[in-house]
Amino acid sequence: MKVKMLSRNPDNYVRETKLDLQRVPRNYDPALHPFEVPREYVRALNATKLERVFAKPFLASLDGHRDGVNCLAKHPENLATVLSGACDGEVRIWNLTQRNCIRTIQAHEGFVRGICTRFCGTSFFTVGDDKTVKQWKMDGPGYGDEEEPLHTILGKTVYTGIDHHWKEAVFATCGQQVDIWDEQRTNPICSMTWGFDSISSVKFNPIETFLLGSCASDRNIVLYDMRQATPLKKVILDMRTNTICWNPMEAFIFTAANEDYNLYTFDMRALDTPVMVHMDHVSAVLDVDYSPTGKEFVSASFDKSIRIFPVDKSRSREVYHTKRMQHVICVKWTSDSKYIMCGSDEMNIRLWKANASEKLGVLTSREKAAKDYNQKLKEKFQHYPHIKRIARHRHLPKSIYSQIQEQRIMKEARRRKEVNRIKHSKPGSVPIVSEKKKHVVAVVK
Amino acid sequence: MTANRLAESLLALSQQEELADLPKDYLLSESEDEGDNDGERKHQKLLEAISSLDGKNRRKLAERSEASLKVSEFSVSSEGSGEKLVLADLLEPVKTSSSLATVKKQLSRVKSKKTVELPLNKEEIERIHREVAFNKTAQVLSKWDPVVLKNRQAEQLVFPLEKEEPAIAPIEHVLSGWKARTPLEQEIFNLLHKNKQPVTDPLLTPVEKASLRAMSLEEAKMRRAELQRARALQSYYEAKARREKKIKSKKYHKVVKKGKAKKALKEFEQLQKVNPTVALEEMEKIENARMMERMSLKHQNSGKWAKSKAIMAKYDLEARQAMQEQLSKNKELTQKLQVASESEEEEGGTEDVEELLVPDVVNEVQMNADGPNPWMLRSCTSDTKEAATQEDPEQLPELAAHEVSASGAEERPVAEEEILLREFEERQSLRKRSELNQDAEPASSQETKDSSSQEVLSELRALSQKLKEKHQSRKQKASSEGTVPQVQREEPAPEEEEPLLLQRPERVQTLEELEELGKEDCFQNKELPRPLLEGQQSERTPNNRPDAPKEKKEKEQLINLQNFLTTQSPSVRSLAVPTIIEELEDEEERNHRQMIKEAFAGDDVIRDFLKEKREAVEASKPKDVDLTLPGWGEWGGVGLKPSAKKRRQFLIKAPEGPPRKDKNLPNVIISEKRNIHAAAHQVQVLPYPFTHHRQFERTIQTPIGSTWNTQRAFQKLTTPKVVTKPGHIIKPIKAEDVGYQSSSRSDLPVIQRNPKRITTRHNKEEKL
Repeated sequence: MKVKMLSRNPDNYVRETKLDLQRVPRNYDPALHPFEVPREYVRALNATKLERVFAKPFLASLDGHRDGVNCLAKHPENLATVLSGACDGEVRIWNLTQRNCIRTIQAHEGFVRGICTRFCGTSFFTVGDDKTVKQWKMDGPGYGDEEEPLHTILGKTVYTGIDHHWKEAVFATCGQQVDIWDEQRTNPICSMTWGFDSISSVKFNPIETFLLGSCASDRNIVLYDMRQATPLKKVILDMRTNTICWNPMEAFIFTAANEDYNLYTFDMRALDTPVMVHMDHVSAVLDVDYSPTGKEFVSASFDKSIRIFPVDKSRSREVYHTKRMQHVICVKWTSDSKYIMCGSDEMNIRLWKANASEKLGVLTSREKAAKDYNQKLKEKFQHYPHIKRIARHRHLPKSIYSQIQEQRIMKEARRRKEVNRIKHSKPGSVPIVSEKKKHVVAVVK
Repeated sequence: MTANRLAESLLALSQQEELADLPKDYLLSESEDEGDNDGERKHQKLLEAISSLDGKNRRKLAERSEASLKVSEFSVSSEGSGEKLVLADLLEPVKTSSSLATVKKQLSRVKSKKTVELPLNKEEIERIHREVAFNKTAQVLSKWDPVVLKNRQAEQLVFPLEKEEPAIAPIEHVLSGWKARTPLEQEIFNLLHKNKQPVTDPLLTPVEKASLRAMSLEEAKMRRAELQRARALQSYYEAKARREKKIKSKKYHKVVKKGKAKKALKEFEQLQKVNPTVALEEMEKIENARMMERMSLKHQNSGKWAKSKAIMAKYDLEARQAMQEQLSKNKELTQKLQVASESEEEEGGTEDVEELLVPDVVNEVQMNADGPNPWMLRSCTSDTKEAATQEDPEQLPELAAHEVSASGAEERPVAEEEILLREFEERQSLRKRSELNQDAEPASSQETKDSSSQEVLSELRALSQKLKEKHQSRKQKASSEGTVPQVQREEPAPEEEEPLLLQRPERVQTLEELEELGKEDCFQNKELPRPLLEGQQSERTPNNRPDAPKEKKEKEQLINLQNFLTTQSPSVRSLAVPTIIEELEDEEERNHRQMIKEAFAGDDVIRDFLKEKREAVEASKPKDVDLTLPGWGEWGGVGLKPSAKKRRQFLIKAPEGPPRKDKNLPNVIISEKRNIHAAAHQVQVLPYPFTHHRQFERTIQTPIGSTWNTQRAFQKLTTPKVVTKPGHIIKPIKAEDVGYQSSSRSDLPVIQRNPKRITTRHNKEEKL
């Protein structure tokens, strides 16, 4: 006789270790779990609300400079170390974990115009208004020693910017022309000009390292090839570009921070049309830096705020401001892509989270799963008006808010005029120019 | 700048040439007295000048006949002659002398060659350089296109991109640099070394290795064969055991068991003879088992099995026997065992036989009678009662049902029943007593037992009959009172069947009429027709069912939607076997329904709903517009109405709206108005990447939560697009990361790599 009895496989309900979660057998029959869309919608709504509740991006303010912070540099090997140069010629090195200044150097007389670290992180370079380029050791001098630069190069003109090559002992300065220097020489190994104008910044391409980009005050952006010692192409925009930044993951993409409140992302092979026009600032954009993942960038503006833009979106996803932060002059995204630093006019360096509501520290696996799920839900329901409204809502200072309104009106008026002009003229005689093409004046070969 | 300068110089030159025009004319007029060929040329010139007078080629190139201050290096004018200088002209004077043959040759060679073009200006050259360099760079950059595309479309990107090689050092390396420090470690190492336990890769001790090596092939084969045999034997044994286990015959098992017991006994006896001490131990074991049994009360008839057997015992001989056996076993085990002698065992056997013959109930009573325990006695009677209830499955449950349904109002019949039961018990106990007497006689056959049980049966049957009759009479009374619509029938069919049968045709009618009802304006007949009396229903027997269609037609007018909705839906039930339990439940249900009916006597939900729906329909209907102006063209005032003609004239009828969606759904109201509150949670415009609204809806409708997906699917669905590790520096992408060869060439400028050019450049700089 066969005896029927309950038989259960212990594998189905016994935990492997006692730290595991209890196994709960589940029935996925959809009839047992009705209303999946409304339930997920509510979850998404809650996740969005919670994201706003926990959005506290401001982490720390590093004070110590006695004048506006003019430039920032990251340490290439150490996440916690940051260098900053001020308008009074002072350079400070900060420790982010301790949030204090670990070294102070009176580097220049007048502004520190530019600062950059060597790719190995052993030394750094500064240029100042006193027409000098100085190289400093990253480690401080021993006890009793004087603070002295390793090398000093005295130039003929003022240098307005500096950037170091990503692999070799070569750096580039800009001023009246772009100079490429060997670290060991006191003369530039080559200097490249195209017309005469003051060049405000020069940047090496991090991937194809022989490429350089610079922007000059005659409204143009010039690309150079270091190998062939020649400029490549020049694009002239409506207004002056303050600085550019190369995408660290896409060799031919760079973004330019412009005086006309916009940022332009270009593919350097097709300069006649920007890939994307990023607009949200209400004053000149002074600095831009890419996230090391290459998916987003942060921009600092004269309107006392910094904004984070996705590379493929024309509107910013985030805006950071505080009451005390004045015109933001420089901004950097840290190498682990988690934090943002900005230096501003009122002598402070501020540290922000790149993701405002992200939880810092170690996450348990369940927390991580919940976070991922919430993120996906927010993505899935992002087009729903209620959720969109909550997700987009930001408090803004009154000045920015009113300026946004004002500019909206101006833009609308301009658009209306354009439309009217097209409407009342012979069809085809007034061309319709897209927003992207509007801002590019010319491309010079 | 240089271009400008060039343009200026050109301009200056042209002006100068114009100035030079005047004296030339003079010259023309003055030098008439020149040679023949000169005159010829002049004549030609004159002709040209005249021909150019017509306006088109007015402006003539100037002929320079005078040394000017500014001579442009760019344009050497050959105007003087008016013809191009030809090489032949130069060679003419040389013709005669033969010594200049080499020069001639050279000149002829020159003649065949073309003139070298002017070098481009600096800007042009730079532009070309730039263009070439740009094209080259663009080509270099285009190798990143697939990488960039891949990264943009990637489901997930994990940063930093370069994989960090986990530093796995081989264990030998680790061990060589590692020393045992703590005493425990030293001890362990000592042990390991002593046993020559290998610390590194091959995990066999030397001894094991040796043994492995020692075993020859034949040995291994033999060993294997042995193992195979053992395995086969085991499987045979198992199969046999399984087969034996499957044998259903109880007798077989009994025999086997007995055989085993006998065998054990024999062995025990032998042991007694051979080894009394061991036998004593065995005895003790047996005693222990007995004690355990006694403690556990396992063989008492309180277990589940025993109870079920007790129930079955009435009808099943085998069950009875099993019970008997159990009892005997119990006795055997609970008895204190003095000496295991054969005679006693025999006695027990006889007892068994004896007990086999009497029915279970009787047995129990007998046993209980041994010990004068009043509690036990009582339980015995209750047992009998239970037995009695199970005795007649057809009738007695009804009795039980009546017992249950009997409420306080029906105390009298209950009392009667009790009396009857008591009588029954008394009779039974009498029986038992007589049977007790019979017990004394060893020879009591199966037949007697059967007869006795039959007697009990007949008695019970009579009793239940009585009870049933009473119950029916009571029921009849109730129906005559008319509170509960129930019909008593003499037919064997159960009562519950009938309402169903009666209502069925009606229901069919209603279903058929449903469509018509939809079309009918249900508001017209405002007063509800009389609800069908259940008494009427009861009059309609299954016999007159064939007449139903006729009746249906008659009733068509009577039945409408409201009626349909307000009548109770018949309880659907299988007609096959009307069980008593069902009946019981039915009664309960009926009571329940009655109670609900009483509680909600006031409100008619269905009618309310219908009213509500009517109002909704009215509200959604397009309204007529009345444009009559009272008092216009006729007298107006209180109590005066515009004339009907006028009203007709100025009434604008609204067009019929589209049919309502709930037109054919009697118990549903579908609101077709847009809900503002819901609209706040709805997407108005199709979002960007989607091309069709169905796409979007589908993505929304597939849930991603773990409530609807398995763990693995959930993880896959919620993978984040970008993963970064905190505290890890993300370096820019490198050619090596994506499988390209990095350019080994230095990025230094060409001049830097080419020392020759540097020197020239430096010289230039020095010159400057």
